[in-house]
Amino acid sequence: MDFAFFILQFLNGLASASSLFIAACGLSIIFGVTRIVNFAHGSFYMLGAYFAVTLAPRLMESINPFLGFWGGILAAAMIVGLLGVLMEMLLLRRIYHVPELFQLLATFGVVLIVQDLVVLIWGPEDILGPRAPGLKGAVNILDQRFPEYELFLVAAGPLILGAIWLLFRKTRFGVLVRAATEDREMTDALGINQKLLFTGVLFLGASLAGLAGALQIPKEPANGFMDINMIAEAFVVTVIGGMGSVPGAFLAALLIGELQAFGILLFAKSTLVLAFLAMAVVLILRPQGLLGKPAVNTEHSEFASSIPLRPWPRWLVLAWLGAIVVFACLPFVVDSFTLKLAIEVMVFALFAMSLNLLIGLGGVISFGHAAWFGVGAYAAGLLAVHSHSPMLLALAAAPLAAGVAAALVGAFIARLSGVYLAMLTLAAAQLIYAIAFQWTGLTGGDDGLVGAWPDAWAKSRVVYFYLTLALAGGAVFALRHIAYAPFGYVLRAGRDGPARAEAIGINVAAARWVAFTIAGMAAGLAGGLYTFSKGSIDPTVLSIPTSVDVLAMTLLGGVHTVLGPVFGAAALHLLQDFAMPITDHWRLILGGGIIAMVLAFPEGLVGKLRSWFMPAEETP
Amino acid sequence: MSVSEDVILKVRDLNAYYGAAHILHGINLELSRGEAAVLIGRNGAGKSTTLKSIMGLVRPAAGEVIFEGDKINGLAPYQIARMGLGYVPEDRRVFATLTVSENLEVGRHERPGMKAEWTPDRLFELFPNLAEMRERTANQMSGGEQQMLAISRTLMGNPSVLLLDEPSEGLAPVIVESMAMALRTLVDTGLSILLCEQNLAFAAAICTRAYVIETGQIRHEGTMNELLDRADLRKAYLAV
Ligand SMILES: Nc1ncnc2c1ncn2[C@@H]1O[C@H](COP(=O)(O)OP(=O)(O)OP(=O)(O)O)[C@@H](O)[C@H]1O
Ligand SMILES: [Mg+2]
Repeated sequence: MDFAFFILQFLNGLASASSLFIAACGLSIIFGVTRIVNFAHGSFYMLGAYFAVTLAPRLMESINPFLGFWGGILAAAMIVGLLGVLMEMLLLRRIYHVPELFQLLATFGVVLIVQDLVVLIWGPEDILGPRAPGLKGAVNILDQRFPEYELFLVAAGPLILGAIWLLFRKTRFGVLVRAATEDREMTDALGINQKLLFTGVLFLGASLAGLAGALQIPKEPANGFMDINMIAEAFVVTVIGGMGSVPGAFLAALLIGELQAFGILLFAKSTLVLAFLAMAVVLILRPQGLLGKPAVNTEHSEFASSIPLRPWPRWLVLAWLGAIVVFACLPFVVDSFTLKLAIEVMVFALFAMSLNLLIGLGGVISFGHAAWFGVGAYAAGLLAVHSHSPMLLALAAAPLAAGVAAALVGAFIARLSGVYLAMLTLAAAQLIYAIAFQWTGLTGGDDGLVGAWPDAWAKSRVVYFYLTLALAGGAVFALRHIAYAPFGYVLRAGRDGPARAEAIGINVAAARWVAFTIAGMAAGLAGGLYTFSKGSIDPTVLSIPTSVDVLAMTLLGGVHTVLGPVFGAAALHLLQDFAMPITDHWRLILGGGIIAMVLAFPEGLVGKLRSWFMPAEETP
Repeated sequence: MSVSEDVILKVRDLNAYYGAAHILHGINLELSRGEAAVLIGRNGAGKSTTLKSIMGLVRPAAGEVIFEGDKINGLAPYQIARMGLGYVPEDRRVFATLTVSENLEVGRHERPGMKAEWTPDRLFELFPNLAEMRERTANQMSGGEQQMLAISRTLMGNPSVLLLDEPSEGLAPVIVESMAMALRTLVDTGLSILLCEQNLAFAAAICTRAYVIETGQIRHEGTMNELLDRADLRKAYLAV
C-alpha cells in the first residue's frame, strides 16, 4: 500500500475514532459516577439519530440550511439528554443499591422498550438524513479525495474532549463529578445531593450519546440496529480505556478506530472480532483498562447470601417426585405442539440452571452465556448436517465442544470479577457470534444450518420428549447435586468472601474456572438438544438477546434458589410463546417485565415463594 | 438556660449492625455547644461505626440521633451534612486526583443565616502548610497534609459540630502537636467537636469530656481529667 493510501486510511481511522469516542465517553462518565453500566446508552445514540433526521430537515427548511442542520443536531442531543434525565428519575434512582447484574438487566429492559417504541414512532424503514451544509464536498489530500464531513469528524472528537476537560476543571458540576467518580459516599457526607448530581450526569452522558447519533446522520440512515451495534463497540472502548476515565476512552477510541481502519484491509469482515480481541488482550494484561483505577475489592460479593442451603423437607421431595411423574405423563394427554413446547422448556431449564451455577453459587456474572449454548448447538448441528453422524454422537459432542470452549475462555477470565468479568464474557460471546456469522462456508452464516433432525428411532416427538427428559433432567439434578456437594460449598465460600476463602486455602480462581467449564458443558448439552428439537439453528442462538433471555429466566426463578431457574425458564418461555403470536410488541412487554421484575422482587419468583413458605430464621 | 445544658448533639440508645453482626449496643452520649468531647476506645470498639451512624452512612437499627433539637436519623448523609454536622472520616478520603482547591470546593456549602463563613483563605491561615499547595493534587501530599485538607474540606461546609475520626492516626509527633493546636483554636472559636481517638495525650490536649467505648457500649463517661487520673479505667478499656 502506498503512502497516500496509508494516510487516508489513517484519517478514516481518526474519523471513526472520533465518533466512537463521542458515543462512548458518556457511558464512561455515567459509570464513573453512578456505577451503573448503562446498556441503554446505545438506545440514546439511536434516538439521537432518529430525532436528528426528524428535526434537521424541518429546521433547514424553515430557518436556513446551515443553522437548521446544526440546530437540529444540537436539539436532538438535548432531547436525548432530557430522556436520560427521565430514565434516571424513573428507573436508575430505584436501582442504585441492587446488584450490578440487576442494573444491567434493567437497563437492557430499556433497550428492548426503546426498540419497539422507535418502530412505533418512526416505522420499520431506515430514514435517510440530510447532508451537512458546507461539508458536502471532498478535499484533496495527497491527490486522494477525502470527504469534508469526515475531516470535520476528525476534529470533533478532540473538540469534545477539550470541552469535557474544561467542564470538569472549570465548573463546580465538573469538580463534583470527578469527586463522586472517586468516592461517591464521601461527596454525600460532604453535603452533595446525590440525586441531583446523578440527574445531571445522566443528562450529560445521554446528550453526548444523542450527539454522537445525530452526527452520524450524514453518513448512515437512522435505523433500528444502531443501538446494539453501537453499545458493543462503546463497551469495548469504555472497558479498554478504563471504566470512568474520559481520557482513557479517547485513547481506546483511537486504538479501536485505527485497528478497524487497518484491520479491514487484512481481514475484511473481522472488525468486530478485532475490537473484542483487543479488549480481551487489554483486560488480561491490565484488568482495570488503560487509564482506569483498580477496582476496590469488596470483601462481600453482591450475591452473598445469608440464606443457607437447607436440605429439602420431606413434603418438598414428594412434591418434586409428583411433579416429575405428572410431567412424564404429558405425552399421553397433550398434543404434539404442546409437547414441542415442553421439550423447549426442559432445554431452557437446563440452560438457566447452568447459568445459575455461575451466578447463584459462584457469584460470577456471565453476560455471554449464550456462547456455550450456541457452541453446543453448532457442534451438534455441524456433525449432523455435514458429517451425518448419529444423533447420540452429536449430542455427546455438544457438551464436550462447549466445555472445551468455556474452559479456554474461563482460563483467562476466572480471576476477574464484577462488571469486567461480565463485559469479558459478553466479549467472548460476541466473538463466537461473529465467527458463526461470518464463517459462511462452515456455518451457513446468517441462514444457519438446516436439516439437523433426530435419527429415525427418535423421530417421533414422544421419543424425543423422553430423551430430553432423561438427559436434561439428569443434568439438572447433577447440577443440583453440585450445589450441595463440597464443591458447591467451595464455590459459595468464594462468592461470599473471596479473601476469607483464600485464607482458608481455597483457590477461588480455580474453583470458578471449574464451575465455568461445568456450566459451559451443561449449556452445551442444552444447545445440542435444542438443535435436534428445531432441526435447524442460526446465529441468534449465540446472540446477546439469547444471553439476556437466559439471565431473565435465572433471575425470575431466583439466584439464591437451587432449582428456581427451572421455573423461571418455564414461566418465561411459555409467556414468550403465548405472547409472541398475539402481539407485535413482545420486546415492549419483555423489557417492561424485566424492569418490573428487578424493581418488584429481586429475589426471584421462587425466592419469593420460599420466603413465604419456608421463612428463614429471624435475622435482624 | 445555662451553657452547660445547651446540648447540640444527643445520641440515644443507638444500635447498629453490619449484616447480621450486632456492633453498637445502645450508645448514649451528649455533646454541649462549644464543647470538645472524645470517644475513646480500642481498635474495633465501635468508634467509627458510631460516627457513621450519626452521619447516616450506616443506618442505625434502633435509637435516635438528635441534632439542634431535631431528630436526624433516617435523613440522607447530605441532608445531615447541610444541617451543620461536619464529618472527617478516619482514612481521610481526600479526593486523590483533585487539587487542594478543588477538594475544598467539593466541601463548600453556605448555610443560610450562619455567621462564621469559612473560605479557603481563612483555612490557609489555620493550616499554613496548605497555602503553598493549592494547585497540587491530593495524592501528592503527605499524610499530615492530607489530614489537614480533609478537615479543611469539611470546614468549608461551615458546620457547627465536627465529627473527627482518629485525625492523629499515623502522623508524626510534631504534626500531631500542631494538629491539636489547630483543633483547639477551632474549639475556641465556638465549634463543637466529637473526636474519636485512641491517643489519650492528643485527646487530652483538645477535649474536656470523655466517653470510653468498648464492644459497642459506653463503659464510662466523665471529665477528661477524671480519665487521666484513673489508671484503672485506662487499664481496663484503653491500650496500656
Ligand atoms: N463494613 C463492615 N462490615 C462488617 N463489620 C465491620 C465493618 N466495619 C467495621 N466492622 C466491625 O465492626 C466493629 C467496630 O468497628 P469500628 O470501625 O466502628 O471500630 P473502631 O472503634 O473505629 O476501630 P478502629 O480504632 O480500628 O478504627 C469491628 O469489630 C469491625 O470488625
Ligand atoms: Mg475507626
